[in-house]
Formats: sequence, C-alpha cells, structure tokens
Amino acid sequence: MKLKAFLFVGLIGVMASCGGESNAPATESKPAAAPAQEEAVVETSADVDPMENVGIGPIDELEFDEEIDEALAASGKEVFEAKCTACHKTNKRYIGPSPQGIYERRNPAWVMNMILNPDEMVAEDPIAKALLAEYASPMANQNLTEDEARAVVEYFRTIE
Amino acid sequence: MLKKALYGLAIASVAFSSCGGPSADGGKKATTGALGSSVAEKAYVAPGEYDEFYAFISGGFSGQLAVYGLPSGRLFRVIPVFSQDPEKGYGYNEETKPLLNTSHGMVPWGDAHHPDISQTGGKVDGRWVFINENNTPRIARISLKTFETEEIIEIPNSAGNHSSSFVTENSEYVVAGTRFSVPIPQRDIPISEYKGNFQGSLSFLSIDKEDGDMDLAFQIRMPGFDYDLSHPGRGKSHGWFFFTTYNTEEAHSLLEVNASQNDKDFIAAVNWKYAEQLIAEGKFTEEAVKYAENEWDESTHMATSTIKKSVKVLDASKLPGLVYFLPTPKSPHGCDVSPDGEYIIGSGKLAAELTAHSFTKIEKAIAEKNFDGEAYGIPILNYEAINAGAVKNPGLGPLHTEFDGKGNAYTTFFISSEVVKWKLGTWEVIDRHPVYYSVGHLMIPGGNSREPFGKYLVAMNKITKDRYLSTGPEVCQSAQLFNIEGDKMELLLDFPTVGEPHYAAGCPADLVHPNTTKIFKLEENNHPYVTKSEKEARVVRDGNDVHIYMTMIRSHFAPDNIEGVRVGDRVFFHITNLEQDYDVPHGFSMIGANTSELLIMPGRTETSMWYPKEVGVWPFYCTDFCSALHQEMQGYVRVSPKGSNTPLTYTLDDDPLDM
Repeated sequence: MKLKAFLFVGLIGVMASCGGESNAPATESKPAAAPAQEEAVVETSADVDPMENVGIGPIDELEFDEEIDEALAASGKEVFEAKCTACHKTNKRYIGPSPQGIYERRNPAWVMNMILNPDEMVAEDPIAKALLAEYASPMANQNLTEDEARAVVEYFRTIE
Repeated sequence: MLKKALYGLAIASVAFSSCGGPSADGGKKATTGALGSSVAEKAYVAPGEYDEFYAFISGGFSGQLAVYGLPSGRLFRVIPVFSQDPEKGYGYNEETKPLLNTSHGMVPWGDAHHPDISQTGGKVDGRWVFINENNTPRIARISLKTFETEEIIEIPNSAGNHSSSFVTENSEYVVAGTRFSVPIPQRDIPISEYKGNFQGSLSFLSIDKEDGDMDLAFQIRMPGFDYDLSHPGRGKSHGWFFFTTYNTEEAHSLLEVNASQNDKDFIAAVNWKYAEQLIAEGKFTEEAVKYAENEWDESTHMATSTIKKSVKVLDASKLPGLVYFLPTPKSPHGCDVSPDGEYIIGSGKLAAELTAHSFTKIEKAIAEKNFDGEAYGIPILNYEAINAGAVKNPGLGPLHTEFDGKGNAYTTFFISSEVVKWKLGTWEVIDRHPVYYSVGHLMIPGGNSREPFGKYLVAMNKITKDRYLSTGPEVCQSAQLFNIEGDKMELLLDFPTVGEPHYAAGCPADLVHPNTTKIFKLEENNHPYVTKSEKEARVVRDGNDVHIYMTMIRSHFAPDNIEGVRVGDRVFFHITNLEQDYDVPHGFSMIGANTSELLIMPGRTETSMWYPKEVGVWPFYCTDFCSALHQEMQGYVRVSPKGSNTPLTYTLDDDPLDM
C-alpha cells in the first residue's frame, strides 16, 4: 500500500513536469529559454560557489594573465573547432552549454577539469552533476592533452 | 519460513545425490564431492578482474576468430576475418570489402582453421595472430593492437589450405600448405589421371619485421599427396619446416579406404634456409598465376586489393637437399615439434602408436645418405635411423600434441575421446583424462614456441551432445580447460565455443592487453572522405553519385536532414565518428539498404552505400546504444523522383552546418 502511494505521487510529479513543457507555446524559441533554465538548475542543486569550485581532476588552480595570449587562444580555437563544436556552439546553447562568458560562471580550473576529466566530474562534482541532469548528454571525453585544454580555455576568453 | 526451509533441503538433497551417483565423466565428480567448489575457484575470475591469458580460438566454418579469457572461458570478442560480419559492418562497408576479394571475386565466407601468434626469438610476442582459410586458400594477419584483420593474401596453386598458418621462431615466415593436390597449372584432364599429374605446393610467406606485411616469397612444388598439418622447427631445427602428408597412395576417390592403404605416409621435412639460398641463386622458375593481396591501411582506414600475377617456384623433385621424407605411420595428422626442436611427433590417425623422430638422427641420416628409396626424386629417410621412440598403446586416433615446457607432452585422441600426458624421451604415459567428446586439437599457451606457458591446457571438442542444455539438433562445440601444473591433469571448466574450432593460440594477457588501441586519433585520420568537424559536414552531388560527408557524436548525426536525393542515385554515407573517448562507437543504418549497418569506432570513418529505390522520406539511426539520448540519434533523407529538381540541402537543427 505504501509503495503504491509513493508511486502515485511519483507519477504525478512526472506528469506535472511533462504537462508543463507541453503546455508551453510551440512558438517559444528554445535558445532564448535555455540559459536561464541552466543557471536556475545549477544554483539550486549545487551547494558550492561556482567561482571557487575547481572541480576534480589534474588542475588545482589556474590564474589567467591579465593579457590574453592571442597565439595560445588561436591554437585553442583550432582544437575547439576540431574536437568540441559537435556539441558546443559559441553563439547558442547546443548539445551542451555555450562557453560564452564562462568565466563569469565558473572557475577556470573547473573548466580545465571538466575538459580533461569529464567522467569523474559528472559523477562527483556537484555542478557537473547538475549540468548532466539538465542536458542529459554527458560531457564527452575528447582526450585533449593538458596543453590543448589550456589553449581551449584561453580561447574561451576571446569569445564575445 | 517453513516453505523456504523445505525448498532449501530439497535442493541440497538433489545436489548431493547427483554428486554421489554415477555421472557422465566416469565418476570423477564423486571423488571431488564437496571439494568440487575449489575446482570452480580455480577458473573463477572475480567481477572486475582480468584473466591471466588470452586464447584465440578459430571459428572453423564460421570463418572468424574468437577471443576468450583464460581461465574464465569468457568470450570477449569475435574478430571477423574471412566471413562478412554485420555486427561490425565487416565485409559490407566500402573500406573492408577489398579484404574479402580473391581471384574468384568477392568471397563472403571462409573456413578458418589454425591461428598462430607471431614470435620473436622463439617466444610468442603478442603482436599479430595469423590464421588460414581452408576453402579459398588464404592467410590472414590480425593486429593484436586493434583486434582487426589487417591483411589477407590468397594462395595460388593451392587448394584446401590446411597445413597452415604456423610461423617460424622469429616470424620470418608463415606457411600455407595445400590440402588437396590439383593440376598445376589448372587444366581440363580426367580425374582418373590424378596420379603423377596432380601436384601439391607449399607456400612460404615472408613477414615484415616492423609492420607484419606479408609477401608470398616462394612456393615449393611437391608430389600429389594431401598435406595435412605443419610445424616449424625451432632451436636446433630452426630453419626447417615439417608437414604431415596423407594419401601418399595418390587416390582420387573414396579416400577413406583408398588413402589408408600404405603402412606409412610421410612427414615432409623442408629446409627453408636452403630454399632461401636457392631463391638467391636464381634456381626458381617464375610462374604465371593469379591471386589477391589485400592490405589494410591504418591511416586511411581503407583496404586495397591487388591482383598479383607471378610466383617463384622451387621444384622439390629437381633440387636435392630441399626436401626429405620421414616415413610416419599411418595417415599422420599433427606434426608437432618439441620446444627444444629435437623431436618431431607424428600423430598417425590410424596407427597404434605415436611416432617421434629425432632431428639429430635426421641430420645424421641425411649426412650418411641413409635412404630407403625416393618418391618423385625426393629421398625417403630410413625409418629406423631417424626414429627416437614411440608412445605405445597411447589411445585411439591421435591427432595433435602440445608441450608444457617441463619435458611432458599432451596428445589428443579423437576416437577414444581423451587427452594423454606422456614424457618426452622415455615415451611413457603418465596420465590420461577423458574429454566430452571427440577432441580435435588442444592448446597450451605458447604451444608453438620454445617457451610454452605450461599452466593451462584447452581441449577443443567436436561433439558435446548431452553436455549442455539442448538447442535443437545442433549443439555448440566446446572447449575444456585443464590445469596442468600438477602431475595429474585437472579439469576445471567447460565452455561453449563459436563455430567449430580447429585450433587455438594463447599467450599471457600482459603481452597484449597494455598495447591495445583505445581510440583512433582524429588528426591522424587520412581517410579520403573524412569529415573532421561538423563545419565540414556536407553533401556533394557528382552525376548520379551523392556523397554524404557526415559526422556522429553523442547523440546526433550532422547533417540529420538531407533533401535533394533522387531515385536512381547511388548514395555514399561517409561517416566519421568524432568521439575521442574509449569504447564509444556509434552505429548507422539506413532503411532498405541492401547491406549491413556500420559500427564506427572513435576517430574512424566508414562508408555505407545505398540505392534509394522509392520516393519518400526515409529514416536512418544509430544502432549502438551510445548515450541517454541514443534513441534520439536519428535523421531523414528525402528522396524525390528521378529527374526532379529538389534542391540539395543538408541541415542540422534547421541550420546549415558551416555556421
């Protein structure tokens, strides 16, 4: 009896969330709605300061020079376009979030670890876990070297 | 509660009574009784732990090679070699089709028999597995980095490539000996004129030290016998190769009677070092033939097939010193050389004893010209002069022998269904153990080398009726695993096998496991139709050919909406997997395509060909469950009527791809 009641409650929850989405006007554009939703999920489920959290992986801290290293950023752009653009666009939410303005939301070391160690990150890190729950597609491990990942995070500084 | 206890009791009593009672394995179970569990532990590999050995077990008529772990008997993978395999798209995608090309055209099936692992300095080195195809004579090389077939060479002047594919102790050569003698060159003659007109050939394929590339170096023309099995000399007999023969009667019909007339057949001892010298001296004839040489290019992810047109032939009848015959009773099958290279064991299928020749005595008999006549100009050595001893009354129907590296030999007996352990030099039987049933070959890891790893023995059985749950009239073949560390062989495990295994090769896992490829690097992908990023994805029309440059990553294709394809087109899907993560392949299948799916590894490009036959909007999808959104990994191709002018478009999320 108890179990049944629990299931029933669960079902209502599912139905409510389904109903909510299907009631949304069909004309509402996906990209416009998405970013706000992402931030909402992350902040309610992650009891950490995203600017302080460096994540889990080989990088303990990363501080940027004041000046952007343009050569490094250019090589990062190349790597990003070859290995990352199937899931990340710089101008919109895609399979994964856009890296635009990422350092206003995340610690640079966290971004490095997300690139280099995505499996452990989505299993253990509260922010990465929340992102997985939201996007459903796990961050792919594209086997970038540490140097390549460093170049990519430098490139992210140049995206406007 | 009561019910449960009763149930438990019932189970326990059944278990006990079956242990105590007479059982199929001749009462062995009774002696182990409750201790039987300790046997299970010896074959048990806990979840998450690795096996100690790899076993590569041939699939026989499946045409493939299966990869098992020992001691668990777990099947890890079936590597497609000589047969098309829709599970992996092998032989269906445009890249691997050329591997199955032959002088007879594309042959979609093969009969895979004897795998052997490459060696360095007489030890297995875990780099490649070689395996022969019996029906359309071929040898394949499989990489143990990628577990994929990298090369297949067809063998000309040959038929029924059985005495194959064993390698010499520094992987100088892999051999291919004909099973059936045939007219060479092929011609229209009465079959009754077999004797003296049909001939055999033994082929030596050189192996490149670095990349394993095989090359048909030379063939030796032989009398018209059947050549059954072979093994390389090693240690002191390195430089020689030994081939068993049957049908030295040269019968052409009802061989089960007519090829069993002679009291002794031969083991052909071939001096391949001398053959190299003869080739260098130009003592060969260049003959016109036709055979396919198919090679896989790791960089372009494509195989190419080349038809070759000549072969260097050495005539054993006219070149004294190249081949000698060792008389061996009676229709010998296995031809197995002891780890030190001294003893050549002939397993006469119809003989009452196992015959061991001594290499030292063979050399002496050759030096003293101690011959008992000749056959087609090839000297027959005196049997007594070369005989080292015999295992008396070992069993019925000996087939094949392997060695443990500790002075013992193990022979399978097909008719009496047993494995017999005996001692080299004293020839005494030490132990025997029944198998279930009708055992063919056996394998000890490193068995065809100077240093066998004498811990486990695998017996490969032809028949298993009543041994497992029934599956209709056909039941699986089986392998049985023995521990051979002690004086007595200990049966640890039965496990089913794929097809009808003829032989196996094994090696320690450490030689292979750390070196396996995990991904193919996108930047090293030189496939002519590669698409390295979504931006580059596109569709190009070239007359009636449409080339779709597509990418895949969890969990979408790019593009996923394609329009402007017409009935009568020939459509190529060139699909690149953009993943760079271990074990994330994606599949691709197109409704109505007269081929198989593709299964594309991370960083790889593969091509599927499709003829759209009907107007409509046709879906394609990913066949390998790749992520939570795998079910969403799909797309559509719109097919318009022939001659229509629907514009060619390709999009993802309704956007062009190069934005």
